Amino acid sequence: MIRYEGVTKIFGSGGEAVTALDNVTFDIEKGQVVTFLGPSGCGKTTLLRLTNRLITLTRGTITINERDIMSVGQVKLRQSMGYAIQAIGLFPNKTIYGNIATVPHLLGWDEKRIRERVDELLLMLRLEPDVFRNRYPAELSGGQQQRVGVARCLAANPEILLMDEPFGAIDPINREEIQNEFLRVQGKLKKTIAFVTHDIHEAIKMGDKIAIFQDGRLIQYDTPEIILTRPQNKYIADFVGADRALKVLGLLRAEEAMNRKPKNVLQASIDAREALEFLEENGFQQAIVIQQGKPVGYVTSKLLKYENTEVKNIVEPFPTYVGMYDTLRDVMSYMLMHDMRVLCVIDGNGDFAGTISLDNIQKCILDIYAEDTE
Amino acid sequence: MNVLDFMQKNADRCWLLTWEHIWIVAFSVFLATLIAVPIGIAITRNEQVAKRVINTANILMTIPSIALFGIMLPILSLIGHGLGKVPAVIALVLYSQLPIIRNTYIAIKNVPPELVDAGRGLGMSNWRRLKEVEIPLAIPVIIAGLRTAAVMSIGIAAIAAYIGAGGLGVFIQQGIARVYEEMIIAGAILVAFLAIFVDAGMAILENLVTPKGVKIARKLGQ
Repeated sequence: MIRYEGVTKIFGSGGEAVTALDNVTFDIEKGQVVTFLGPSGCGKTTLLRLTNRLITLTRGTITINERDIMSVGQVKLRQSMGYAIQAIGLFPNKTIYGNIATVPHLLGWDEKRIRERVDELLLMLRLEPDVFRNRYPAELSGGQQQRVGVARCLAANPEILLMDEPFGAIDPINREEIQNEFLRVQGKLKKTIAFVTHDIHEAIKMGDKIAIFQDGRLIQYDTPEIILTRPQNKYIADFVGADRALKVLGLLRAEEAMNRKPKNVLQASIDAREALEFLEENGFQQAIVIQQGKPVGYVTSKLLKYENTEVKNIVEPFPTYVGMYDTLRDVMSYMLMHDMRVLCVIDGNGDFAGTISLDNIQKCILDIYAEDTE
Repeated sequence: MNVLDFMQKNADRCWLLTWEHIWIVAFSVFLATLIAVPIGIAITRNEQVAKRVINTANILMTIPSIALFGIMLPILSLIGHGLGKVPAVIALVLYSQLPIIRNTYIAIKNVPPELVDAGRGLGMSNWRRLKEVEIPLAIPVIIAGLRTAAVMSIGIAAIAAYIGAGGLGVFIQQGIARVYEEMIIAGAILVAFLAIFVDAGMAILENLVTPKGVKIARKLGQ
């Protein structure tokens, strides 16, 4: 855990003094990613660099697992944390192996252990060790270099990672990919991460929590959902954008909005006339047809009319299925693409899990906003 | 060709003086490196000091060699070395300071700041970073400074024959005194060849010390 208490940094002195950080207090919980968000000059990078003593505190304390960073030698302190920067900063004179091995070498690991660790990291970041181990940074693409930068910061398995716009230097497509890769790796490793970014999308995507800075002050520290639905002031509301309600859709998963026990469900073996009756009695527009726990499609009264067979013979298949963990943004997109008001949600095995409709999504969003007023 | 005849007849002496010349230059540049490289690295920590040091080295360079020998003569006479190899070596060491200090300073300064930041952030001590990152990247430019110093020293060492330092300048000095044209030209040719030879050798060395990763980066135009 990283604890910031009354952290203040003033650059220069006398008339030229600039307050870069003003009395910042908050905690980064163990195993969480906290994104530091704000425009350039807001103090987010300064805070990151104070954490590993690349610059020195003016006032306040920073403790890591209850230990004041000033009580640890700065070189030792830095070796105990991963550090990745936008410019990547791979050493051009060292091979990929040599770059990743930087901190293990400093810590005096034996060569065999380093070799195993480097291969493990390369595999984790989807770089074939036999291909990349002995290459030089100049021979790698920007995206590959960035992966090596991440591998280097993970090398000695530090508990804490400090990352300053680590994916800032690559094109949007590769960035998306490496962000996903990183989230996958973080899901397993559960590091405590301070992650600086000026990109609201990245902050929402990567952060368990977001710390928003303005002119050296921390003005809101909350989960992405709360920041999007309940921005503390106009500055944050403007910063997260007028489309913040749409951004919330990108955060919520289908499982949070779906109807788990829809009533309009039919077994595939049922007769068409019986099905029609069922629809009319309940006033349903359509019904989901299920066979052995798996959805096979849907039927409407129009399809059922004048039919005299089992519904499975006249069922209309869904154009697409929604996964439990698909974002609501994707779900809405499917609905618009396929002109469907209701889609069927399936679990990891392909079994029927529920349905999701525009109404469900709207209600889910309204619920989050409703919490505002409490 | 009377010059070739001269060299053939005096082959032993040619070799001897050439070796003496090489020895003076090599020893001077070696000493100068021991002094100038650490200075060049040290001054990267402070712009103000760097400016002053480089200016001083610049002024040293503008003193004509004959004048410098003249200045040192009374001083070194106090320890009985007013003439000979000692003042020659001292002069060469002084003249070599500028190219070596300047190149070292520039080379270290030119290490991209993100590499320095990454090195610091990962927990390299200043010394470790110097050894593993800054010097490996700076060494080709530092060697280029040595190359300039060595070639320049070969020329100045020829003049040092006038204060009894020996070397190939002896042919030129004695040739002039005796109006012995072949001797003068032989001396001049040998000094020129030595300079060309050393220059080429240092160029090869420069290439050898360039880290492989840096060569690849250059080839790929990064």
